Amino acid sequence: MELIVFVLASAMVLSGAIGVVLFRNPVHAALGLVLTLFGVAVHFVSMEAHFLAAVQVIVYAGAIVVLFLFVIMLLGVDRAEDLTIEPLKLQRPVAIVLGAGVTVLVAGAVVRGADTLGRETNASAPGDSNIRALARSLYSDHVLAFELTSVLLIVAVAGTVVLTRRLKKSEG
Amino acid sequence: MIAMLPVPAVDPVLDTESWWWQPLAIVGLKVLVVFIIGLVGTMFMVWFERKIVAGMQNRIGPDKAGPFGLLQTLADGIKLFFKEDLIPERSDRFVFKLAPFLAFVPAFLIWSVIPLGGDFTDGRDGTVEWFGQITRVQLADPPVGVLLVLALSSIAVYGVMLAGWSSGSKYPLLGSVRASAQMISYEAALGLSLAAVLMAAGTLSTSGIVAAQDQLTDWHLLSTGVVPFVVFLIAMTAELNRPPFDLVEAEQEIVGGFHTEYSSIRFALFFLAEFMNVISMSALLVTLFLGGPQPLLIGSFDLFAVLGPFGGTAWLLLKVFLFLYVYVWFRATLPRLRYDQLMDLGWKVLIPVALGWFLLLAALQLGRDNDLSQVGYVTLVIVCLVVLGLGYLLFTAAISVARRNRDREGAAY
Repeated sequence: MELIVFVLASAMVLSGAIGVVLFRNPVHAALGLVLTLFGVAVHFVSMEAHFLAAVQVIVYAGAIVVLFLFVIMLLGVDRAEDLTIEPLKLQRPVAIVLGAGVTVLVAGAVVRGADTLGRETNASAPGDSNIRALARSLYSDHVLAFELTSVLLIVAVAGTVVLTRRLKKSEG
Repeated sequence: MIAMLPVPAVDPVLDTESWWWQPLAIVGLKVLVVFIIGLVGTMFMVWFERKIVAGMQNRIGPDKAGPFGLLQTLADGIKLFFKEDLIPERSDRFVFKLAPFLAFVPAFLIWSVIPLGGDFTDGRDGTVEWFGQITRVQLADPPVGVLLVLALSSIAVYGVMLAGWSSGSKYPLLGSVRASAQMISYEAALGLSLAAVLMAAGTLSTSGIVAAQDQLTDWHLLSTGVVPFVVFLIAMTAELNRPPFDLVEAEQEIVGGFHTEYSSIRFALFFLAEFMNVISMSALLVTLFLGGPQPLLIGSFDLFAVLGPFGGTAWLLLKVFLFLYVYVWFRATLPRLRYDQLMDLGWKVLIPVALGWFLLLAALQLGRDNDLSQVGYVTLVIVCLVVLGLGYLLFTAAISVARRNRDREGAAY
């Protein structure tokens, strides 16, 4: 049962990810991203992390990708772009290096963390104690990091507004 | 194989050791019943709305098909099936076909977490025994119940957004941009007023929330003060794109909004989804604030005691009915808001009010948890009020500064 769910969810994640890269149309690519995020949510559910699954859908699929779509629609870049023109010359080599680096890092983390499989976790506790445990650690142990993150977000929003405001000279 | 972990009971019927046909049959039956309730309820809602609006406008309304015109919706549905299915030349075909389902499926799925009946009185947990199996009168009771509804309603945004974009014409695009902006703005107010209920109930599961509202004074309508309820009701009306917040399909400005280019059965799916959302969100509102299937006792007299085990369902229907009427009433009474008024109401009134009230409730809850003395309580409330007052002053200052800047520089666009 768990194997079937794992295979199906992974297929969702991978096909979505491939779609993001291969689709010519940015809106289709964004939909591919939604599929990937749903696959990850299914993985969370199968690991009994219901809260993370719900938040994954609400925040990523429900807010962030909607924002992407908004930008795509409002800026009218929803037609396939000409890929032969490169605005930033260094972009592609750097992307290849970074991609390879991230792959190595993730592979290393998986290999080193192999022994954590099957270890007892909080997630198997019944009911919503899962959520309670999460809230407790977020608001007690990691409260400083949590608050700093929220400050960062506020600064980012305020900064964006200030930077993008075009001050018009009053012309009477 | 990996050993079976104790599954957090999505449905107690699945907890049994001996797996035989009964659990599967019960779950299958419940899926079927929820599906049928959804469809029949939507049919009824369309008829109900047309009939009530007609009454308020001194007309007769549908009265030809079936008794009191009850079958009018069925007739309309059959008619829509046989209409020609048009796909615009400049549309994005795949997304155009996908969008109605993205609107329709979440509308249905919300029903799965609403407790539809069962006995929650005197601290009973609402489980019932069918064919020797213990279960709930609700399709699923996941530990994140209410968050699931929020997730589904955020998926519904895609239906509207993609429908407008993929039509390849300007009015649908305008309609869908309006709709998604509106739905995202009001989701914040919705979530904040919801948080007040979740804090009072201490759980996210819908059956837990119903169980926490045993007495009339425990109903979250009263125990959270009436403010979150009002915010939730307004935010929900906006979220559903119902009048007076139906700028999404303002006929005078943008034809039909996001579904202008849709015809035939695809249009019917949008139409169904809209009405189904009205019913399922009303049911959610009743579950959160009015105790769902909990009876309203007058003394110890229960109006639906005659119905025995179906009493809870009858109470739920009665309460949902009340809100369906309120929605029709809104539609027949209130004129549509202007777009800037809509955004002002959402961002400058509802969100600050919901946030301030949430702060107050959280402080009171903290006082209760720590067994504060009388003096402690008074200080707590005073501190809260001072903080809220300061917040309000800052807020009005910010708004007036913004207005002054706008007056000086002219509008940004």
